[in-house]
Amino acid sequence: MDPYALKTLNAERRARRAAILVTDLGDGRDRIVREGDQVAGDLGAAIAKAFRSGNSGSVEAEGRTFFLNAHLPRPRLVVIGAVHISQALAPMARISGYPLEIIDPRTAFATSDRFPDVALHAEWPEDVLNRQPLDAYTALAAVTHDPKIDDFALKAALDANCFYVGALGSRKTHAKRVERLLALGASADRIARIHAPIGLDIGAASPAEIAVAILAQTILAFRSRGLDAKGAAA
Amino acid sequence: MSDSLYLDEARDPLIIAEAWMKEGKDVAIATVVETWGSAPRPVGSHLVIDADGNFHGSVSGGCVEGAVVTEAVDVIGSGEARMLEFGVADETAWQVGLSCGGRIKVYVERLG
Repeated sequence: MDPYALKTLNAERRARRAAILVTDLGDGRDRIVREGDQVAGDLGAAIAKAFRSGNSGSVEAEGRTFFLNAHLPRPRLVVIGAVHISQALAPMARISGYPLEIIDPRTAFATSDRFPDVALHAEWPEDVLNRQPLDAYTALAAVTHDPKIDDFALKAALDANCFYVGALGSRKTHAKRVERLLALGASADRIARIHAPIGLDIGAASPAEIAVAILAQTILAFRSRGLDAKGAAA
Repeated sequence: MSDSLYLDEARDPLIIAEAWMKEGKDVAIATVVETWGSAPRPVGSHLVIDADGNFHGSVSGGCVEGAVVTEAVDVIGSGEARMLEFGVADETAWQVGLSCGGRIKVYVERLG
C-alpha cells in the first residue's frame, strides 16, 4: 500500500467522509477515490455501487482485477425532541445500526428516566450542534413541533447536506415552516429536501408506528444516496 | 459492534499502521478480499503486522492470524505482495483452517 494513500484514507475516515481504496491486485498499485470523484467505465460503476452499499469486494474491469475497500462513516441519527415518538425510535434505531442522539432543551422531556441508554442532550440544538456539527452521514429528524427548537436544527441539517432531513407536522404547519426557513436564508431547493409530513407513508397512527415510518425513510435515504428518483446513478 | 461515531484510534488497524510507519517501522497490511461460506470477518477487514511479528486487527477472528503474520514478515522482507487462501478445503486445514467451515482469501502487501 502506498503510504500516501494510507495517510489520505485515514484523514478521510477521521473527518467522517466516505472513501474507497482501489487496489490493482495484479501489480499492487492503489489509489484513494472520494465520494463524488468521477471514475469512468466499469470500474467507475462498481465504485459508485460500493459507495452506496458500503460493501467491499473485487471487480473485473479493463482486463484487470481491482479490490475496492469501501470505508463509509457510520450513519447516525439526530432527533430534535425528546417526545413519545423518540422513545420508540431510540431502541429501533439502535437495533437497525443507526446510533441515535436526542436533543431537547426542555428538561422535563429530556430525562434519562424516559430515555434509558440513549445519548441525550438537555440543551438547545444551537449549543450541541456547534460542538458536534452535523455532516452528510447524519440524518436529522425534528419532531418537537416547536419552531424555537426545530428551526435552527433544520437549517443546520440543510447546510450540512445531511443525507436525510425530516420534520413532523401537517402540510399546513410545514408551509409556515418553509417561509421561516426561507427567511433564515435557506434556498428553496434545499428546503424541498425536507421530508414533511415526516416518515414513509405506511398509514402510521401511533407514536411507535410513526417511529417505524421515520426509520424506514431514513434507511431508504441512506441506501439510495446519489440516486435519482428512478434509481439511476446521478 | 462499537457505537462510536468516530474511529477507535487505539484499536483501528489502519490508524496503527500509519503510526508504526511514522515511527520508522516496516509494516505489512493484510486484507480479506474474498470470503465463501461462513467467514468470521467480512471482506475488507485488516490485520496489520510489523517486522517483529507484532500485529493488530483481525482477518478471521483468531483462526489463521498466526499463518498470516508469518507470511507478512516474509512480505516485509521481499516487498512482494502475496495472495493467501485458507479454508477447510485446504490441506493444512487442521493446522490453520477455519473451524467454522468457511474459506477466505487474504491479500498481504508491504506498506511503502
